[in-house]
Amino acid sequence: MRNGWSPYLGGALTGLLLVLSVLVTYQLFGHPRYLGTSTAYVRVAGLVEKALSPESVATNAYYAKEGVGIDWKVMLVLGVPLGALIAALRNREFRLRWVPERWAERFGSSPVLRAVGAFVGGFLIIYGARLAGGCPSGHGLSGMSQLAASGFIVVAGFFVGGIPLALLIYGRRR
Amino acid sequence: MEPIVGLITGILWGYIFQRARILRFEKHIGLLTLTDLTVLKFLLSGVVVGTLGINLLATLGLAPYHLKPTFVAANFVGGVIYGLGWAILGYCPGTAPGAVGEGSLDGLFAVLGGLCGAAAFAHTYPFWKQTLYGIGGYGKVSFPQLLHLPPLLLAVLFAGLLLAFIFFLEKMGW
Repeated sequence: MRNGWSPYLGGALTGLLLVLSVLVTYQLFGHPRYLGTSTAYVRVAGLVEKALSPESVATNAYYAKEGVGIDWKVMLVLGVPLGALIAALRNREFRLRWVPERWAERFGSSPVLRAVGAFVGGFLIIYGARLAGGCPSGHGLSGMSQLAASGFIVVAGFFVGGIPLALLIYGRRR
Repeated sequence: MEPIVGLITGILWGYIFQRARILRFEKHIGLLTLTDLTVLKFLLSGVVVGTLGINLLATLGLAPYHLKPTFVAANFVGGVIYGLGWAILGYCPGTAPGAVGEGSLDGLFAVLGGLCGAAAFAHTYPFWKQTLYGIGGYGKVSFPQLLHLPPLLLAVLFAGLLLAFIFFLEKMGW
């Protein structure tokens, strides 16, 4: 937690990364790649499901629409924990933990309960993101940066769902 | 070649995430309980740089937009479902794997839940296609198109508005 960057610096660098990503991928590969992460979950889920039941993937309209397999987007999401690991090791902030402190204050330190909570939360964010068409990076960062109408509607939805439930669960205190 | 570019982009992104401290559960719950706006500040400055850069690229013809379609009902309902999951999870689709890189192992269950959420969505997609996607479908629209204004002008106005909001936040000591 010590000597971290300002969130404004981190955000500005992410904006720059988005612009460079779009420029470089369009110039090199002929199509612009905008930062976004939730599609990667579909492509990997499809890959896993294909191994278990090839038919259910072959006949599925959504997998056909989004594609299945390892591509730029999946590699992007795989790169994120690597970059975080490098940063955390360099700054001596790497620390293994199962339960976030604030979760433990509210629900106790059971790793099993936290694992269930994380699973359910993870399920809902991806399910919701796919229904909405994207996540905070795809709709928030990339969408709003393009002044896309959809981005603003989705981001409003994130807070309409998230703020009341978080206040209900964790209360309003620092 | 393209997957490698994706991986490198992801590593840089994860590095930025970790240094800006937005991989923390506490930072996300802090935003949703309106007590710590680190994640919002990160997104705001990302969009300031992103909107100026992307619209400049498009205006100069260096890279095209890639707009996500507007389906008002699906965008909003999906966003709300996402928000509910976000309040339970405390990470997003990109920061959940990122948190694992910092040592937060609960992120693994979030990713697992996310993969199941993606598969569940793929199999319920026909239902949503017949229901929510039929409401408020306007296609790939952006505000410059809706308002008949030059994108770069609107990008400058929007970035200025966000900067004013950032200065307001800082002045209020939030």
